[in-house]
Amino acid sequence: MSATVELEREWTGPGGLREALTTVDHKVIGVRYLVTAGIFFLAGGLEALALRTQLAVPRNELLQPEAFNQLFSMHGITMIFLFATPMLSGFGNYLVPLMIGARDMAFPRLNAFGYWVFLASGLFLYSSLLFGLAPNDGWFNYVPLSQAEFTPERNIDFYALGLLFLAISTTVGAVNFIVTIFALRAPGMSIARLPLFCWAILATSFSVVFALPALSVANLLLELERKWGWHFYGGRGGEPLLWQHLFWIFGHPDVYIIFLPAVGIVSTIVPVFCRRPMVGYLWVAAATVATAILGFGVWVHHMFAVGLPQVSMTFFAAASFVIAIPSAVQVFAWISTALTGRAVLATPFLFVLGFLLVFVIGGLTGVMFAVVPFDQQVTDSYFVVAHFHYVLFGGAVFPILAGVYFWLPKLAGRMPLEPLGQVSFWLVFAGFNLTFFPMHVSGLLGMPRRVYTYPGDLGWDVPNLLSTAGAFTLALGILAVVVNVLLTVRGGRPAGGDPWGGNTLEWTTSSPPPHYNFARLPVVHSADPAWDAATEEGPSLSEGHKTLRTSVLDAEREDVLEMPPGSAWPALLAVALFVLFAGLLVDVTAFWVAGSALSTGALLGWHVERARFDA
Amino acid sequence: VAVAASQSTLEPASDAARTIADLWWLLFAVSAVVFAVVLALVVLAVLRRRSRGAGTGRPLVLVGGVAVPAVVLVALFALTVATLPGVSAPTGETALTIEVKGRQWFWEVRYPGRGVVTANEIHLPLGTPVELRVRTGDVVHSFWVPRLNRKIDMIPGRVNSIELETDREGVYRGQCAEFCGLQHANMAFEIVAEPPARFERWLAVQAEPAREAEGFALFEEYGCGGCHTIRGTSADGVAGPDLTHVASRRTLAAGTLENTRGDLAAWVLDPQEHKPGNKMPAIEIPPDDFRELLAYLESLE
Repeated sequence: MSATVELEREWTGPGGLREALTTVDHKVIGVRYLVTAGIFFLAGGLEALALRTQLAVPRNELLQPEAFNQLFSMHGITMIFLFATPMLSGFGNYLVPLMIGARDMAFPRLNAFGYWVFLASGLFLYSSLLFGLAPNDGWFNYVPLSQAEFTPERNIDFYALGLLFLAISTTVGAVNFIVTIFALRAPGMSIARLPLFCWAILATSFSVVFALPALSVANLLLELERKWGWHFYGGRGGEPLLWQHLFWIFGHPDVYIIFLPAVGIVSTIVPVFCRRPMVGYLWVAAATVATAILGFGVWVHHMFAVGLPQVSMTFFAAASFVIAIPSAVQVFAWISTALTGRAVLATPFLFVLGFLLVFVIGGLTGVMFAVVPFDQQVTDSYFVVAHFHYVLFGGAVFPILAGVYFWLPKLAGRMPLEPLGQVSFWLVFAGFNLTFFPMHVSGLLGMPRRVYTYPGDLGWDVPNLLSTAGAFTLALGILAVVVNVLLTVRGGRPAGGDPWGGNTLEWTTSSPPPHYNFARLPVVHSADPAWDAATEEGPSLSEGHKTLRTSVLDAEREDVLEMPPGSAWPALLAVALFVLFAGLLVDVTAFWVAGSALSTGALLGWHVERARFDA
Repeated sequence: VAVAASQSTLEPASDAARTIADLWWLLFAVSAVVFAVVLALVVLAVLRRRSRGAGTGRPLVLVGGVAVPAVVLVALFALTVATLPGVSAPTGETALTIEVKGRQWFWEVRYPGRGVVTANEIHLPLGTPVELRVRTGDVVHSFWVPRLNRKIDMIPGRVNSIELETDREGVYRGQCAEFCGLQHANMAFEIVAEPPARFERWLAVQAEPAREAEGFALFEEYGCGGCHTIRGTSADGVAGPDLTHVASRRTLAAGTLENTRGDLAAWVLDPQEHKPGNKMPAIEIPPDDFRELLAYLESLE
């Protein structure tokens, strides 16, 4: 029996519903992340359209203030927590094992669990809309407004419990990425040959591990205060600024948790469409790590108006200036690669060029916020809304759309329609700038963010009308992307293994890749293995579910690992946790005690299955 | 005084606001140059479309990514340190201190030592440095008059301070800048900067108590005094704004409505129509009583 036939037999699942619920294939899980996060993106986008419609003209009465407040809160929560991070996890899940020449993530069942928890916590958060009780105090949910005294309904319990629940998913995902990248790289893929996208995922995952506990602690303390009247943020001895510090100690690194993988996508696409290796590969890798570390030292620049001593603000201003340098290094590395290469203007590269221009504007306004007096003037105005959309939509959504067009041939095995792709780019680029550029102006004219209505005599009417027109143009562009993806999946031209001439390992296998990724695991000798004639076909390891473990720095072959088969426990544990969190939400003791018991049971079941599999 | 309907950071009317506006124009100029360079390089890369082979491209990364930004950023940092004190709390004693308390959703204004309590309207004497001490009565708010200075948050348990000084007569609009719940959007106020003599006259009038004139009985009968104070009368509620001289104010409900007879009537008749979610209930009042109550409120100048 040939190795390929044997691999097919070993790695093909049982099919049907059973496989759907038990699969641990990182590619299936990756696509699920991408699709689910994509749907949340559309939901968050519809929320934004409602907000923009309300703000189209002064004193509009389309939305009542409570509806507006829930919508802008859900828009932020959705885009940050349910779209950006999981979407990039989806790319990571699908691509990291392929890029490093492995057959799956290091902990496949944990990976499945991460997805199910993401889905469950997303549904948990969105169910709040059904009751008209969506979070309504903004995505950063400041106390004391979010405390029981001022928001007694369950809106904030949906927020705090929902984010605690989701944090489980994000954390296990990050741990999985770190171990996968450290342990499962192809022989010869030393850390200095790691694809830049994987560097970004690695740096981001460390940021998640250190930053996310601050958010979880903040939410835990808030729930203790809301439910049982403890005093962390209010009352005797409570300190409302504690929430702001905890939130932003998470919140600022989170900007980079979203931004770094997105620019990892850019660093992957640029060399392919410039037909040359990345200029300053090591510089870009170092800049990625530096950004992740420095990202922990700048949180106070979200709090320059709270009345802190000038000395503290000066320190955080300095850190906020310094963090611009690694971003500048990356920008000039991409430009330099394009200048010394031969640019090919296909859709993915158009989105990268769009990203570059938009992100540079966002970066420049970002530097402005380090100038403390200017920050204190325009923070919490529409200027900051403009800034962070240039950074987050520009810095993350443009690369994500580039990534969708770039890897869709790999995922679907079919080519997207190039003309429709170009149309979608120009609609998104024009719509984006028309939406968000005028917000700089409305902010400078003194318009605060998060207002459901505004007077007509302050000069804010024209920029707001332009923003609304832009939002609908942007929505058309996104619609064009969705249509393109659907048409491609249903009947695009076959892509072949490597339609773009890529330099990373995912292009050396078929499109879509087989369950086992590679019939023979690759052995690499450079940072551009798919361009390197010296890249070898290594062992096939066709008996059982096997992949190679290699050493952390030099990627020398150390061991052969047996990977687990599919399992129902990840999905069951996620369901049990959903019961637990729903019980805490409705505050019925029997309900959450049952959820705890079910969760414990599911963990035991998982452990027993693992013991059997290890034996 | 003509209403200058502007809340623009780009029309500064004080030294502090001018410092910030100048910073903005400088930052804008630097950014425009950087963006133009990046745009030119991107266009060049796209148009050229041929490999040059020889160049490693690394010098550009070093110059554009490290050297130039380092110089520019150090300069901006120095500028930050130099300009920060000018927009911060006053260091010494000022001639006048005003206390402002943010409440959901109006501004309570006090002139300590002068017996004056008012709402949503702050008067300043021209050419006099004023220390504004801000605090909150409930959630976080942020005090922001862009044409006079940067914003300053109102945090529970803290008193923050900022200096206001202008020598340009006028009315400057301000607004809450930190999301504070349902009516964050309708939490505005005005600063009236006027010559010292006129300011002193205004202050003297504001310090006077009101009288329990005709119509006051209705004010108590319909429960208004449970939430509002009218100094000199038995009405001493604290949930809503002090109404002792409400008829002298320019706006109603924190900048939501003009203070005209029609708007005042509309507001008292149904506050929830104009500012949904605010804490003032609509009360059924027969027309005759309503006219008398309105006349009383209009007498509170």
